[in-house]
Amino acid sequence: MTELAVSIKNLNKIFNQGSNNQVHALKDIDLSIASNEFISLIGPSGCGKSTLLRVIGDLVPSSSGQVLVNNKSAHQARLDRDYGMVFQSATLYDWRTVAKNVQLPLELMNYSKEKKDARTREMLKLVELQDFHNHYPWQLSGGMQQRVSIARALAFEPSILLMDEPFGALDEMTRERLNLELLSIWEKTQTTVIFVTHSITEAVFLSTRVIVMSARPGQITHDITIDLPQPRNTDTRENVRFFQLETELREALRESERMSV
Amino acid sequence: MLKSTKFSPIKESDSKLNRLGWLKSTFFFLIIVVVLILFWEGYKLLASPDGQYLTGTAQVKVGDERVPGPLCAGIGLCELKLPVRADDRSMPPIKNMISTIFEPPRRGSNEILFTILLRASLFTLREAVTGFLLGAAAGFFLGVAFAHSGLLERGLLPYVVASQTVPLLAIAPMVVIWMGGNWMSVSVIAAYLTFFPVTINTLRGLRSPQPTSLELMHSYAATKWDILWKLRVPSAMPYIFTALKVAATASVVGAIIGELPSGIADGLGRIILNFNQYYATGPERLWAGIIFASLTGMTFFLIITLLEKFFVRHRPADAV
Repeated sequence: MTELAVSIKNLNKIFNQGSNNQVHALKDIDLSIASNEFISLIGPSGCGKSTLLRVIGDLVPSSSGQVLVNNKSAHQARLDRDYGMVFQSATLYDWRTVAKNVQLPLELMNYSKEKKDARTREMLKLVELQDFHNHYPWQLSGGMQQRVSIARALAFEPSILLMDEPFGALDEMTRERLNLELLSIWEKTQTTVIFVTHSITEAVFLSTRVIVMSARPGQITHDITIDLPQPRNTDTRENVRFFQLETELREALRESERMSV
Repeated sequence: MLKSTKFSPIKESDSKLNRLGWLKSTFFFLIIVVVLILFWEGYKLLASPDGQYLTGTAQVKVGDERVPGPLCAGIGLCELKLPVRADDRSMPPIKNMISTIFEPPRRGSNEILFTILLRASLFTLREAVTGFLLGAAAGFFLGVAFAHSGLLERGLLPYVVASQTVPLLAIAPMVVIWMGGNWMSVSVIAAYLTFFPVTINTLRGLRSPQPTSLELMHSYAATKWDILWKLRVPSAMPYIFTALKVAATASVVGAIIGELPSGIADGLGRIILNFNQYYATGPERLWAGIIFASLTGMTFFLIITLLEKFFVRHRPADAV
């Protein structure tokens, strides 16, 4: 039996509970994620996929239900630094160099100087930015900034990587290149990835499983296993099965959108 | 340890551009000074000999008689009054202001005005800097406290705002009564003008980080202390320095005003008051005092600007 990274039972999240602008963001969510899975959350705007990600990461409290991460509460998992976060905007600190940005979590976790420097070099090599240690974020392109943010998220070897539309603001070419890079990082680091996206292609290409959600209230409507062979590469996109899965996912999304009215 | 990379040429041209920028603004500043001098002297040239009327519109003396000026006789523009009197008492010529700086202010003293004003300026600057440091520290501390406690903010911020509506002239004597008249009481008065902008801007700056920047910190289970020093304070730096620049000049004004009730004789305050009383016999001396007072404020302002260049480096151009 594979170990569970995340186990969610009967999760509900209601914003502004009791007031008249109450929003049922997540309704009766049940979800199990095995270790080393690559899960994508996809659905129409307002379906609560980002909220679900934040509840798992203990950045937003749940209203009811249970969220276990690595067999402990999400809160404990956060205190144990089990999460690496990547947001849609790279969220780099302007006043820090690329290397100093990657070191931020290591500083907070009191790594020794040698270990900090070694991890930083290793991480920047992993995202192929080893020549940019002393640059400032605004001197980099959007894609490069996002790679720094991935390096920062992985620097302290968290067991779960939470990604909230990380490539949503990038152009198509950059996005495809970063998708490949992310997959190779995932293979090397053996982390569990939970990935929020709007893109059908991206979800199918990256994931081992895609969770489809509907809006108002946010519910899980489909759970599609992506049985494309690993490791994936540019040829994967030309695989017949790839197109079949894309179509399946597109239909699932259409269905969930109908349910969301 | 700057490694050379593809990007280094951009950096070099950046710093060159920066140096050019400094030259440019210095040059522009000097141009403005020249324009102001020309305006001052030009205005005086336009005035009739007694400084009251536009030249040519006032009556002129011919022998023992007073006759209308040429413009009055010619096109009927008679006795056009100037908005500000331009005689040498109201507007002493620039060259008098400069020459008076290099003369002793009183007969019998062998110290020239320049030395006296410079000493007084440094004395006042010391009070101002001390007050500035006190006020900035208090302002920063209050800002941090308010940023972390809505209760404190709601409870105390109104009083902080109210404190600035009480005129300095009313506060200064109270401080002197409580602390005795010494240069520390002057610094406290200067601090009173300093802490307010620093409080408001620190509070604003500490709250400026994006929600995701904070979420990132929470995802690392960072402590409030870490969030303060590694995220909030660095984000607030541009805001804080904007306030410090305002506070630097305000602290000099506070120190000059504070010297009067404190009975401090060594600073600019007493000198300006003195020259004010003897304005009739030496108007250019008061003007020289004013120039030194403003130079003192500007010096302090420039020091803070240089510190800002050092502490708020490497930000994108569109930062605050």
